[in-house]
Amino acid sequence: MMSLQKATLFALYAVLELAEDTDRQLSASEIAERYNISTNHLAKVLRDLGRAGLVESVRGAGGGYRFCGNAKRTTLLDVVQLFEEVGTGPSSGIVQETNAGAALSQVMDEIEEITYATLLSISIDTMLKLMRKRRPEKPTSTGLFRAV
Amino acid sequence: MVDAAQDTPGYNLVTIGEHKINIRPAVKEDLPNVVALDDRTTGLRKPDYWDDLFTRFGNRKDLRFFLIAEEGDTLLGCIFGEVRSWEFNSVPCGWVGTVSVEPNLRMGGIGSVLYKEICRCFRKAGVTKIRTMIPRDATDLMSFFRAQGMMAGPFIQLETDMEEGA
Ligand SMILES: CC(C)(COP(=O)(O)OP(=O)(O)OC[C@H]1O[C@@H](n2cnc3c(N)ncnc32)[C@H](O)[C@@H]1OP(=O)(O)O)[C@@H](O)C(=O)NCCC(=O)NCCS
Repeated sequence: MMSLQKATLFALYAVLELAEDTDRQLSASEIAERYNISTNHLAKVLRDLGRAGLVESVRGAGGGYRFCGNAKRTTLLDVVQLFEEVGTGPSSGIVQETNAGAALSQVMDEIEEITYATLLSISIDTMLKLMRKRRPEKPTSTGLFRAV
Repeated sequence: MVDAAQDTPGYNLVTIGEHKINIRPAVKEDLPNVVALDDRTTGLRKPDYWDDLFTRFGNRKDLRFFLIAEEGDTLLGCIFGEVRSWEFNSVPCGWVGTVSVEPNLRMGGIGSVLYKEICRCFRKAGVTKIRTMIPRDATDLMSFFRAQGMMAGPFIQLETDMEEGA
């Protein structure tokens, strides 16, 4: 039910992809191609991440974006909250003044609180560990995983 | 770095930077220091609680583990846990009851060393699953256990205020 907005999801893809290898630079189109998402939209998201100090753009040949945040100190919540609000209840759109609304809010708030605590407790570093636990991905034909 | 000579779970000598950290099961003489550490961590002084816990956990070395980390005579942190098998048809698991590290030494790897050691104890006791329960807003503990690879398990803790006459 809880689903991330597009910009949030793109930001998480980009941050995790870049944080996996902080020496590697990737352009917006390289990341967009890998995740099959809009390059324009991702480019805008990358600029937002740049302003937040999580990625920096590197100019010149082979230029692109690089992760420059602190993977151990940056949580999923830090990234998500750049693009959408989490845990700001009471749940929007629910009529609080009725008993049904109040009871529903209580349930939705419970879900929201768990979401908040989960995103707050998982750092980018912890995500990278989770990613490494999976089987290694096959390199794509775009040469995305070449060392820069 | 682990001293290869220390191969009994619950006992270890670990080097972090220049510090030589000794891990061993708690003894009764550690309790005043553990009480003081808990006081510095939570602001609550609970000698009776720790005495009771030690009595229960100190006696069952095969299933209950109460370990401390020390450097010289200085207590750095402690952890306790037990093998549990009572939850709704679940197979026995290693349950971490609490872990605590001296406040000014946190983020230095001591918590992880204690955690790894209690895991060795659990493994020897034959369990392969580790569980714990922590307050949602205890950010340090939440992040710490996440960093050890823990994810939400299949249980959700529920509670209620008992109504009058219930
Ligand atoms: C949770 C606690 C045991 C962690 O001990 P520690 O020695 O600091 O843990 P470590 O240094 O081994 O940390 C391992 C990882 O956990 C994570 N972590 C630990 N504390 C964190 C914090 N406060 N914020 C974010 N991440 C944290 C980090 O990812 C860390 O990895 P890193 O060292 O590579 O950065 C310690 O903070 C503590 O004692 N807190 C009080 C707990 C308490 O209230 N206990 C009594 C009641 S149950």
